[in-house]
Formats: sequence, structure tokens, C-alpha cells
Amino acid sequence: MTIIEISQLHKTYSLAKGAIQVNALAGIDLQLERGEYIAIMGPSGSGKSTLLNVLGCLDRPTQGRYLLDGADVAQLDDNALSDVRSKKLGFIFQSYNLLPQLTVLENIEVPLYYQGRSEKESRIKALELAEAVGLADRIRHKPTELSGGQQQRVAVARALVNDPVLILADEPTGNLDSKTGLEILDIMDRLHSGGKTLVVVTHDDGIAGRAKRIIQLRDGLIESDTRN
Amino acid sequence: MILFRLKRTIKLGVKSLTRHMLRSVLTMLGMVFGVGAVVAMLAVGEGASYESQERIKRLGSLKIIINSVKLSADEESSDKTNFTAIYGLKYTDAEIIQSTLPQADVILRMRSVRKDVFYRNRQMNSNIISTVPWYPGVTNQKLEKGRFFTSIDMRSKLPVCVIGAAVEKRLFPCEESLRKQVVFEGNAFSVIGVLESAGSESDPEETKELTDVNSAILIPLTTSLERFGDIRMERKTGSFTREQVELHRIIVKVKRVEDVVKASDVISGVLAKTHTSKDYEIIVPLEMLEEIRRSARMFSMVLGMIAAISLLVGGIGIMNIMLASVTERTREIGIRRALGAKKRDIIIQFLSETMVLSLVGGVLGLGLGIGMPMLIEMFTDMKIIFTAWSLILSFSISAVVGLVFGLYPAWRAAGMDPIEALRHE
Ligand SMILES: Nc1ncnc2c1ncn2[C@@H]1O[C@H](COP(=O)(O)OP(=O)(O)OP(=O)(O)O)[C@@H](O)[C@H]1O
Ligand SMILES: [Mg+2]
Repeated sequence: MTIIEISQLHKTYSLAKGAIQVNALAGIDLQLERGEYIAIMGPSGSGKSTLLNVLGCLDRPTQGRYLLDGADVAQLDDNALSDVRSKKLGFIFQSYNLLPQLTVLENIEVPLYYQGRSEKESRIKALELAEAVGLADRIRHKPTELSGGQQQRVAVARALVNDPVLILADEPTGNLDSKTGLEILDIMDRLHSGGKTLVVVTHDDGIAGRAKRIIQLRDGLIESDTRN
Repeated sequence: MILFRLKRTIKLGVKSLTRHMLRSVLTMLGMVFGVGAVVAMLAVGEGASYESQERIKRLGSLKIIINSVKLSADEESSDKTNFTAIYGLKYTDAEIIQSTLPQADVILRMRSVRKDVFYRNRQMNSNIISTVPWYPGVTNQKLEKGRFFTSIDMRSKLPVCVIGAAVEKRLFPCEESLRKQVVFEGNAFSVIGVLESAGSESDPEETKELTDVNSAILIPLTTSLERFGDIRMERKTGSFTREQVELHRIIVKVKRVEDVVKASDVISGVLAKTHTSKDYEIIVPLEMLEEIRRSARMFSMVLGMIAAISLLVGGIGIMNIMLASVTERTREIGIRRALGAKKRDIIIQFLSETMVLSLVGGVLGLGLGIGMPMLIEMFTDMKIIFTAWSLILSFSISAVVGLVFGLYPAWRAAGMDPIEALRHE
């Protein structure tokens, strides 16, 4: 079953009042099936993050078609995009992006809050996920009281709490040493074998080796699309 | 849905605010003092206007009071040969007013002279008020015991008198006063009644000799005229004045409030015709009452404006902090947006923080605004009145201020681009 279908996707940034045009994405065609695990690679400035943001409905393409889980999301308004993010997507960021004033458990609950779930239901679900990432004994801690690897595990749990159809990660191990990075990658492997669809942006060939499909970007275009 | 979320939204707001406790408290202080100022000022203003209104009401809003006024030396139409100042209201004035104002309820004629009064070996300087039988009705004066003099006493010019409470205490400390004879100016007057004490509340208007009935002796006007004539002599240190005044005061009481102004116009017209100089004054308590109400309204408005400015300052303080907070939490906004928050959610989040700040500030302000004036009242004799509407008003203003000054920062927060917000360091 196809989960992502994009064709001729463009993203153009206008700088200096239109004098300069940057083609961050210059016509991407991509199809992604449910349960796929793909890595997006490429040199800096090639458009990886831009592509991921568009896939994550944080950004709108300037041109092109984007079907997510069968629904055309390319031209949805802000409100509708928020809804899509809330119901279908999970994000993992390079710099964890936890909310510092909240505890581990509360951080994991945030997406459910915006879904309007009850406090009790959210708590149960969040606890479940805290356990799944091995942080059951840290649920009352604040993010600053955790190591980088632990913080990223919280972020993974948060990305999973709303049962997303698609998980997007932008250099999830970029801030971690190789050992803790491996922990995260192990979790992602587990998610993949559990049937989750994963899109990971990375510079690291080792990480890319775990993905089943590698897409190389260059200057906003897909240079190669290989399957392991 | 909204209601369901309200509790959690407030919780969330409180959590964010308690992260920077000192900052939140300082921000709130503006609101606390603003609301406190409004409540306190309105209470003081209300108290002041109540007091002056009460004073006028005691004079009676259905009454028109006409007083004799002594003219300055050069205006005086004095009888130079015997150094007697002749001025003031005449008996005929009272009669003309009576006949031209059929709607007037009662016309009370009074004159008052200070005299030394004796009973056996006791003595006191008392105010002799010569008046008419319906005096108690017009002035709402009640009798402690005995009776007031009647038209029959009046017509027969009997030497009877009704004494004030203080007079009784002084002259008859431990004996029955009724049917005893008090003497002044060589005339014996039989006590037929005692007035009820006029109360302890001192009133500048009441202490005027015509209405301070506590230490007064009231006698029939006709008796007074027959026995003492209408010349009043007063000895002051070194000088000696003789005044000839027929009536010191005329009180006209109308039946309806609407008639007061009309009647006072008629009276001033009548008096203007019969008097060559303005040796009288017309006091209309109702007009004074309205004047006071008007100025009280003005006073309240000015106070309200001052207080509104302090609330405005408080509101700007809140907005300032919230704007800083929005900038500081740009990344948080980006994260929340990425996790599914709609613009609306962000607006609600920041708005609820400002609302918590201003409402908690408002409640504390109410406490301050009620506590401070109550302390003042305890240590001074200032009158303080809290009205429900002033409390409700100031509290709702704090809510409105929170809303108004919270909207812009919240709108700024919601307007941020999620990606840029996420990239913010
Ligand atoms: N907001 C923006 N305004 C203008 N240009 C932008 C903006 N965001 C990205 N770009 C440009 O788009 C291009 C792609 O950027 P992008 O962030 O997707 O690169 P990337 O592949 O993620 O690089 P890196 O590996 O360094 O993270 C770059 O040339 C960048 O300068
Ligand atoms: Mg990038």
C-alpha cells in the first residue's frame, strides 16, 4: 500500500525580494510503500531537510503533487496541515526538541493533548511508550536531567505516541556519540520490523546501511534510488 | 471540547508561569496595584459622595429653606438713630408665600435669639426659637415626652415652651421637667414637652442655631412677639449690636419632589418684589443634592480614569513580558506546531497565560483594594463604601485587560512559521 506519492515536487525560496531564487527541491518524484525504511542522503544543502519538512507537512511545496496516505495534502491550509501532523506523523529531530518545563511523561503526552485525548488515556499510552524505550524509571525527570541518548529516546516515544503512519527523522543521531546513536538505531530497527514506515535523513553511511532503501539527493533532485 | 480542555490549558499556563516565578509575580504586581487602586478609589469616592448626600438628605429634599442674611455694613438699611440693623424676612413674606403657593404643605416661620435661661438656681445660655405649632412635622422632630404647642396655645399667646434634650439635662438633672417654670427675660414659661435628642452625629448645617434643637427652647411665635418684640441685642467683646429681624427662617415644604424647583422659583420671585436688598438666601437642599450627585459622578469618573491608566500600565507590563516570553519560547512554539498544535492552540496557550496572570493579579488586587481602605477606615473617620458593581467592574476590567493585552503576543506566537520556529536557537 502506497503511503507517499509525490510527483514533480518543487520548493523554491525567493530571497532579496525575488531577485534570487533558490531551488531547494527541483522536481522530485518518489513513491513510498507502507512499512518501508528509507534513508535520504546527500551533501549539505542538497535539500534533504527541505524534502523532509514537506513530507512532514511542516512546509508546503511551491509546485507538485503530494499524496499522503491517499489524501492530497500539497495545498492544504495551515489548520488542515496541523491536523495531518497530529494524526498521521511523528517527528524525531537532531536536537531532540523536548519541552524543558515538562517531565518525560508529559513530553510524551504532548501530541495526544493536541488530539484532544483525555488526560487518563494519554497517561496510560505515554507510560506504555516510556517503557518501550526503556525509560520507565525516568518518567518524572525533566529533560535537563537526562543524557542525550535518553532525551532522544523520549523524543522517539513522543513520535510514536499518536500511532503515526509515517515517522520522519532528521539526523536523529547527529548529536549523539556512536554508541548511544546505535541505541536509537536499534529502536528504529525494531520499529521497522514492527511495520512502521520510516524516513531518516542522515550523513552517516553506517546508518544508511540499516535502511532498506537509500535516496541520494543533489541540488534538489534525486540522484539515485537504491535498495539494499 | 473547549471546556474539557480549559482545566488542562490553565494547568499548562500555570506550569509555564511558575517556571519563572519571580518574573511572573513582578508582572502580576502591575495588575494587583491597578485593580487595587480602582477598588480603593471607587470605595473612597462612593463613601465621600454618600456622606455629603446624607447630609443634604437630612436637611430634607422636599424643603425649601429661606434664611435671613445680615447685609454688609454699606448695604444695610439701618436706623442710624438707635443703631439698629433692620434686615431679613418679614411676617408678611411668610404670608405672601403661603398665599402664592397653595401646593406648599406647611410654611414654618422661625426666629431665634440667644438668652440666658434660669430654673431655680440653675442657669444656661440657650437658643430661644420662636416658631409655629407644625414645627415637629416639618422638621421630622420627635418628642421625648409631653406635647408640642398647638394652634390654641399660639392664638392665646400662652407662655409655654418645649425644651431640647440638652436643656432638660442641664436644668433638670434629677427631676421631672414637665409643668415646671423656666425663666428668661423676666418671663416664666411652663414646660409642656421635651424634644427627642437629635442624635450624636454632628453636622455643620445642624449646628446652626436655628436647627440645633438639643440646647434650644421652642416657644410659640405669637407669644415671643408679644413679650420680646423683634429686636435682638447682642453683646460682643467691647461692641454692642442691635438687630431687628422679624423672622430668621422660613421653611416651605412641598408635597412632591417635582415641585421643589418650581416652588423655589416662585418664592424667589415673590421675595425679589418685596425686598429692596438681598437680605435673604434661598437654600434648596434638593438642588444641592443634585449638585453633589453630579460632582460625585465627575469625581468617580476622574478616579476611574486614573485607575484605568494604572490598569493600562499593568496591561502594557503584561504584554511586554509576554512578547519577550514568546520570543524566548519560539522553539517551543515550533515544537508544539510540529506535534500537531494548530494556530488556535498556540493562541489559547499564550492567552491563557496572560489571563492567569491578570486574573490572579485581579483577585489579589481585589484583596488589596478592599483591605487598604478598610485599614484606613479603621484609623481615620473616613467613610468607605464598597459597591458590588465596583468590585465586579474592576475584576472584569482586569479580565478584559488580560484579554486585550494578551491577544497580540498570542497572535504573534501563532503567526510564527513552524520551520523557522524550530530552527530558532
Ligand atoms: N528558509 C529558507 N530560505 C531560503 N533558502 C533556504 C531556506 N531553507 C533552506 N534553504 C536553502 O535550500 C537549500 C536546501 O536546504 P536544506 O536545509 O534542505 O539542506 P540539507 O540537505 O538539509 O543540508 P544539511 O545537510 O546541511 O542539513 C539550501 O541551499 C538552503 O540554503
Ligand atoms: Mg538538513
